[in-house]
Amino acid sequence: MKLVMAIIKPFKLDDVREALSALGVAGMTVTEVKGFGRQKGQTEIYRGAEYSTNMVPKIKIEVVCDDDLAPRVVEAAQQAANSGAIGDGKIFVLDVGQAVRIRTGETGETAL
Amino acid sequence: MTFSKKLIGAAGALGSLLATTPVWAADMVKAPTAEQMATMVNKGDTSWMLVSSVLVLMMSVPGLALFYGGLVRTKNMLSVLMQVFMIVAVTGLIWCCWGYSIAFTSGGDNHFFGGLSKAFLMGVDGTTLAATFSNNVYLPELVFVVFQMTFAMITPALIVGAFAERVKFSSLIVFVVAWSTIVYYPIAHMVWYWAGPDFLPDAPTDYGYLWGMGALDFAGGTVVHINAGIAGLVGCLMIGKRVGFPKEPMAPHSLTMTMIGASLLWVGWFGFNAGSNLEANGVTAVAFVNTMVATCAAAVSWALIEQFTHGKASMLGAASGAVAGLVAITPASGFAAPMTAIALGFVVSPVCYFFVTKVKSMFGYDDSLDVFGIHCVGGIIGALGTAIVADPALGGQGFFDYTVFPAGIGAYDMGGQFLVQVKAVVITLLWSGIGSAVLYFIIDKTMGLRPSAEDEQQGLDITSHGERAYNM
Repeated sequence: MKLVMAIIKPFKLDDVREALSALGVAGMTVTEVKGFGRQKGQTEIYRGAEYSTNMVPKIKIEVVCDDDLAPRVVEAAQQAANSGAIGDGKIFVLDVGQAVRIRTGETGETAL
Repeated sequence: MTFSKKLIGAAGALGSLLATTPVWAADMVKAPTAEQMATMVNKGDTSWMLVSSVLVLMMSVPGLALFYGGLVRTKNMLSVLMQVFMIVAVTGLIWCCWGYSIAFTSGGDNHFFGGLSKAFLMGVDGTTLAATFSNNVYLPELVFVVFQMTFAMITPALIVGAFAERVKFSSLIVFVVAWSTIVYYPIAHMVWYWAGPDFLPDAPTDYGYLWGMGALDFAGGTVVHINAGIAGLVGCLMIGKRVGFPKEPMAPHSLTMTMIGASLLWVGWFGFNAGSNLEANGVTAVAFVNTMVATCAAAVSWALIEQFTHGKASMLGAASGAVAGLVAITPASGFAAPMTAIALGFVVSPVCYFFVTKVKSMFGYDDSLDVFGIHCVGGIIGALGTAIVADPALGGQGFFDYTVFPAGIGAYDMGGQFLVQVKAVVITLLWSGIGSAVLYFIIDKTMGLRPSAEDEQQGLDITSHGERAYNM
C-alpha cells in the first residue's frame, strides 16, 4: 500500500478530487496547511505597517491506495492540479505498513 | 427651575426665521420665567434628541468597541471590548454623580469648570429645562443630561486604542474616572457651557473660557477628539511599546469586525453631529448632510492615496479614512456647507495617512490603533478648518452673536477666527496632555499601568478577564 500526499493550490481541490474519484479512489483526507517553497509569499500592509507573509495557504490531500493504483493516482493528481504556474505544489509517495478499518477490524488492502 | 446649555453659535435656521417672520421675533420673551419656558418645549426636538442619544451610545457600544477590537490580535479581543464597555458603564455613573454638574453649571467668575450645585443630579427632574441655540426654545433637562452623557462616555473610550493590548484593566478604569473629572468635564465646560440665548444678554460673562473666547466647536472636535487623541499619545508614550513591537507581526485579527465597527460609528455619528444642534431644524439638516458627505470624501481620498502609493486600496484604509472624515467634520458640522465639508473630507485623509504611516514609524511610538494619528490630528484639521468653512463668504453658517436679544448673525472674520481656533487647540492639547501625564504617572507609581510581560504575551483576554473571544 502507498500513501499519496499531494500539496496543491486550494482552488485545485475540486479538480483533483474529481480526477481521483474517476480512478475509483474511495476516500481521501484533506487538510488546510501553510508553507513555502519556490513561490514567494505576499506582503500585507495595515495602515503602513508591512508584514511579509512567507507562508502560503495550500491544501494537503492524503490518499492511501494499493500499490498498483498509486502511479495512476499520482499522474491524475499531477495533471489535475497543474496550472503551469509556480506554486502548484508537490506530490509525495510513501510506503504504508498497515491499514485497519475501525468499524470491522479488517486490515490491509481490504480496509481501504 | 434651572437650565443649562452647551455650544457656540449654530443658528443659520434661526437667521432665516428672523428674516421671514419678524413678527414672531418681536414677540420673543427675554429671560423667560419657568412657566413661560415650559411652553417653549417642542416634542419634535425632544424626540430627535433622545434618538440622537441612543445613536451616540451605539457609537461606543458596539461601534467603537468592534472598530478597535478587530484591529487587535485574537488574544486581546475581549480586553478591548471589555475596556470600552466598562468605560461606558462607569462614566455614565460618574456623569450623574458629579460630571454633569462640573460641565454644565456656572462657575461664576471661574470660567474653567462649573460647580457642584447639580451633583447627583440635584434639582434636575422631568420639569426642569435646558436651553438650545435658539431664543425661546427649550429641551427637557434630562434629555440634555443623557445626550451629553453619551459624549462623556465615548471620549475616554477613544483613548484605549492608543495603548491597546498592554494596559492593566483596573488601573485603566481608575485613570478614566480621574481623567473625566480633571480633564473632560472642565474642557466640556470651557467649550460648551454658556448661559443660553435668552439669558446671555443679561449675564454677558456667564460662559466657559473657550466659548467666551469665541472658539467654534459644533460637536466636539476639541472636547472629544483632540482631547482623547492627545491623552492617547501621552498614554502610549508613558506606558511604552507592546512586547515585541515593532518586530513581531501584529496584524489586525478581523477587519470584518473593524468594518462593522466603522460603519456603526458612521451611522451613530449623525446623532453626535446633527444631534449637537439640540433641535430638529434646518441647521440639524446642514450638520447631517455635512457629516455624510465629508465622510464619503475622506474614505475616497484615503482609498485613492493607497491606490496610488501601493497599487491596492485596502478596507482598513477606507474605514480609517471614513473615521478621519467624521472626526474632521465634527467641529465644523453645523458651520460648513456640503461642498466645503467635502473639501475638508478630502484634505483630512492625506494628513492622517501621513501621520499613521510615516510620522509614527519615524518616531517609533506604539500608538497601537492610531488614536493620535486619526483622532487628534483629524480633530486639529477639523478645528482649524472650521474657521475657514464657517465663513459665510464660502457658504458657511457664520458666527452667531448671542450677546444681543434676539440673537443675530455677527460679522465674520476668518483670520481672527482662525487664530481663536489655534488658541483653543493649543489650550486643549496642553490641558489634556499635562493632566493626562500627571494621572498616568501617579497611577503607574501606585497601581501600575501595565500587566506583566508574561501576561501580555499570553494575551489579556485570559490573564485579565479569564475568558477567550473565540472557542472554535
